[in-house]
Amino acid sequence: MTNPPDNNNAGVSLQVRGIRKSFGNQEVLKGVDLDVKPGEIFVIMGPSGSGKSVLLKHLIGLESPDAGEILINGESIETEGIAAKYRMALVFQSGALLNSLTVGENVGLYLAEHRLKSTEEIEKIVAEKLETVGLKDAVDKMPGELSGGMKKRAAIARALVIEPQLILYDEPTSELDPLSSVVIGEEILELKQRIHVTSLVVSHDRDLAFGVADRIAFINEGRIVVVGTPAEVKRFKDPLVQRFLQADFKREP
Amino acid sequence: MFQNIGEIALLFWRTLCALPFAWRQREKVYDQFFEIGNASLLMVCVLSFFIGAVIALQTGPVLVERSLSSAVGGIVGISIAKELAPVMMAILIAGRIGSAMAAEIGSMRVYQEIDALRTMNINPIHYLVLPRMLAIAIALPLLVVFAILIGWFGGAVVAQANSHIGVPFQAFFSGLKDIVEIKDVANGLFKSFCFALIIGAVSCHQGLVTIGGPRGIGRSVTKAVVNSIVLIVIFDYILTRFLLK
Repeated sequence: MTNPPDNNNAGVSLQVRGIRKSFGNQEVLKGVDLDVKPGEIFVIMGPSGSGKSVLLKHLIGLESPDAGEILINGESIETEGIAAKYRMALVFQSGALLNSLTVGENVGLYLAEHRLKSTEEIEKIVAEKLETVGLKDAVDKMPGELSGGMKKRAAIARALVIEPQLILYDEPTSELDPLSSVVIGEEILELKQRIHVTSLVVSHDRDLAFGVADRIAFINEGRIVVVGTPAEVKRFKDPLVQRFLQADFKREP
Repeated sequence: MFQNIGEIALLFWRTLCALPFAWRQREKVYDQFFEIGNASLLMVCVLSFFIGAVIALQTGPVLVERSLSSAVGGIVGISIAKELAPVMMAILIAGRIGSAMAAEIGSMRVYQEIDALRTMNINPIHYLVLPRMLAIAIALPLLVVFAILIGWFGGAVVAQANSHIGVPFQAFFSGLKDIVEIKDVANGLFKSFCFALIIGAVSCHQGLVTIGGPRGIGRSVTKAVVNSIVLIVIFDYILTRFLLK
């Protein structure tokens, strides 16, 4: 394990060039191109099964593309040592907390494993981050004792501990009540202002997307349909995009 | 199973390369070591006592009938030290600990915990595989030492108590001392060390390649135990042949 450098807190740029990925005969990503600027909050929206989560896994190196490349600050993600050079974090949809560790140990895991701080400092940072996401009292609980929403908030606290330069959120507000969703949205915005982190959010949540995004990309069937500011995306005259943005439950009278 | 041998060997090599980081993982090694000892010690004692007892029961009357009562201790002693204790304990540990390793790592894989480690730039081999391999590589030979001593004791008890054998305690151990050498015990311990590496590598590999949900975890556990036992038996022959030279 190589300890990451601790001297660079600026958000990074992210370029995706012609990414293609197939699982068996099914092509999930069909040539995706994206440019995310440093410090930007970029939201990827799209229907279920459109390839959003698979794209996210490529961006953090958990999947390798069949074709195309991903660049972080102009360097290929395949470059050796890139994970140690740039601090990146992914907030999984399920939380993906380690079930054998307490919530506090989960949140402090990055610092403890890379020996970046003393035990006392780690405890202090963990308490601070858990308080940020409203889980101060859960430090000694096991993940199995938490609700789905609490697990997600703990996972966000774990990502915050890394002080990432690029943070990826996979459906950060799913399973959360509206008040908690607002807290998460505010935290995403605050992180941008405080540490200028680049944030990439995959979400179905229209309120979150239009509330926090600097730019939004709409993806469908493995292809980017439109990229633009929230206002530009709202004005985009594509039936699918408009249906997605205006979908609402209407009860028969 | 054999298609995975290359992957298992690669995992073993990567774990060896991770050895310089072992000191960092010492707490996890200790936890795993305690887990293995705690889960297995009583079972090892019971199993080895009865293995020693049944070997004495099978060989004792035949030897005594042929006026070879002085050889009972030696036969029981050498068969336990060189073969039965290492192999039987390895099979027991494959069932108890190998299955637990495959299940734990497999569920971490299925529920994206290993992906989460990777995103934090934490190498799963350093964090998960290395402590388990080290713990089992230390624990199994130690358990085999217990198994050998208790197996000998079990054999001695039956040799004295059974009316068809009737070899006293002192005569049993005197015969054992004449035939069994330190080298024989060392051979058994070396075999158990190799079996521990096999169980650790096979079980951790099965855990890391688990796919699917609970059914996938169950399949990995079964494969880890069965493949470990098959490899233990094959390597038992190879090691025995090598150690006979």
